[in-house]
Amino acid sequence: MAKSVIPIGPWHPLQEEPEFFTLTVDGETVVDMDVSIGYNHRGIEKLSEMKSFDQATFVIERICGICSTSHPFAYTRAVEDVIPVEVPDRAKYIRTIIAETERIHSHLLWLGLAGHFLGYNTIYHWVWKLREEILDVCEILTGNRNNYAIFKPGGVRRDFNMDDIPLVLRKIDGIIPTVDRLKKAILDDPVLHARLKGIGILTKEEVIDYSALGPTARASGVAKDVRKDAPYGAYDRVDWDMIVTENGDVFDKVVVRVLETYESIKIVKTCIAELPGGEIDLNIKDIPPGEGIGAHEAPRGETFHYIRSDGTNRPARHKVRAPTFMNLPTYKATVIGETISYATIILAAIDPCYCCTERMAVRDVEGKRLFGGPDLVKLSQEKTARMKREMGMP
Amino acid sequence: MRTREQVLKDLQTRFKDDIVDLLDKSPKRVYMEIKPESIVRVGSYIFKDLEARFNIASGVDARSHIEILYHFSLEYINLLISLRVKLDRKKPVIDSLTTEFKAVNWIEREMSELLGIEFKGHPEMKRLLLPDEWPEGVYPLRTDYEEWDKNAIRDRGV
Repeated sequence: MAKSVIPIGPWHPLQEEPEFFTLTVDGETVVDMDVSIGYNHRGIEKLSEMKSFDQATFVIERICGICSTSHPFAYTRAVEDVIPVEVPDRAKYIRTIIAETERIHSHLLWLGLAGHFLGYNTIYHWVWKLREEILDVCEILTGNRNNYAIFKPGGVRRDFNMDDIPLVLRKIDGIIPTVDRLKKAILDDPVLHARLKGIGILTKEEVIDYSALGPTARASGVAKDVRKDAPYGAYDRVDWDMIVTENGDVFDKVVVRVLETYESIKIVKTCIAELPGGEIDLNIKDIPPGEGIGAHEAPRGETFHYIRSDGTNRPARHKVRAPTFMNLPTYKATVIGETISYATIILAAIDPCYCCTERMAVRDVEGKRLFGGPDLVKLSQEKTARMKREMGMP
Repeated sequence: MRTREQVLKDLQTRFKDDIVDLLDKSPKRVYMEIKPESIVRVGSYIFKDLEARFNIASGVDARSHIEILYHFSLEYINLLISLRVKLDRKKPVIDSLTTEFKAVNWIEREMSELLGIEFKGHPEMKRLLLPDEWPEGVYPLRTDYEEWDKNAIRDRGV
């Protein structure tokens, strides 16, 4: 049979982010693929050179709405490596707590989307409802659901309000039964086993050759995690396990992420219980000339920042490497040989990063909420009835 | 398992003609400057024989020359080795590492278009990030870069 080319993009119909895949297929089987990126290239490395060290924190927080703690975490560590200094203990714990709540909501976001990509929309709605609880926790702790603006070189910007902590713990304990139910529903579902097992296998050798990161590597039996290998923050002071599975297929990537959610919950709870007192900020005034490297294990893998300072208040060079930069090329190794129907979920399995944080409520001028959930359902039913009338349907 | 001292000593004896300078900055960071022509030998030794993970490479326009830092993680001793090469700013050329391991493929393409470094022997050298209409020979991460598209400035409202 003649080979055909299937273009997917530049606006990916399902991932809803700009990237362009060209899949060459022979019948149903993918035999080659090429990827074009760069539609979202915003020149942040260049922009960062025009900001002061303090301002740059806010710019790089906006690289990604989901990893909005990972990039500042790696960046502040890189700046602290230039000097070099150690941040106060309380700041370390606060940073760890925020980073882990982010991991919980990011893994849940991915899990919901993976369900959506498979046409399993029950999981999608169910998981995203659960994720709201974690976003509430983020909002209580930092004031924001995403883009927390809490990191700064030398510490954190704001302290927790300790009166909120019992509520946070109650909310986190509240989600555990739902995550349990979710774990059972996903990991024991025969349909998901049939769709995901043995699909898109990434071997250990390929992980090493591509230097793949995070859950993508750990699902293939490569036990690498910056939090364990080069401990920072409070990760070496609390007890937690690195989740590693052996098969490297899509199903194992699901397993790694579901089980990591539990570890993150454990880390958050331990850190809150052991939160030390004291200063939260070193009040760094000057950054000396030199270079520094900072890394943080983001939900998708290691985020890596390199900073060069020339003694002024701006970075002379700021290199940012997000985990997807190393993980996306592995798609070539996993998708070739599979059928076209699996191409979407195999790509989704590496959790390519995208921003999707929006929320809306219609309020009148006095700030009173006009529409609640039941009102919206009623409006929707009214509109359907109206449309049917207009179209002459029974 | 090798220790930090053994690894550094091994590198220093094995590549004593290739190493220009070694900066032992902290227990977790080592910066090693090597001659540009030795990059494939040293880079693939660290990646394959020392079983390092390739983090990324950072290209820097240091005004007097172009620098590339290849960052490698050695997790078993918690050490990050940055290989530094200095290239001629007028015509920066270096051998590609992509033939040795795939992880450098994209970053070499990125450095080639953002900093104008030529990677000899790269099997798939084409644009990665910049748009198609971006002119040849204009490198945005160079320090002497000037905005070439006047409409872009207007569109940003600057």
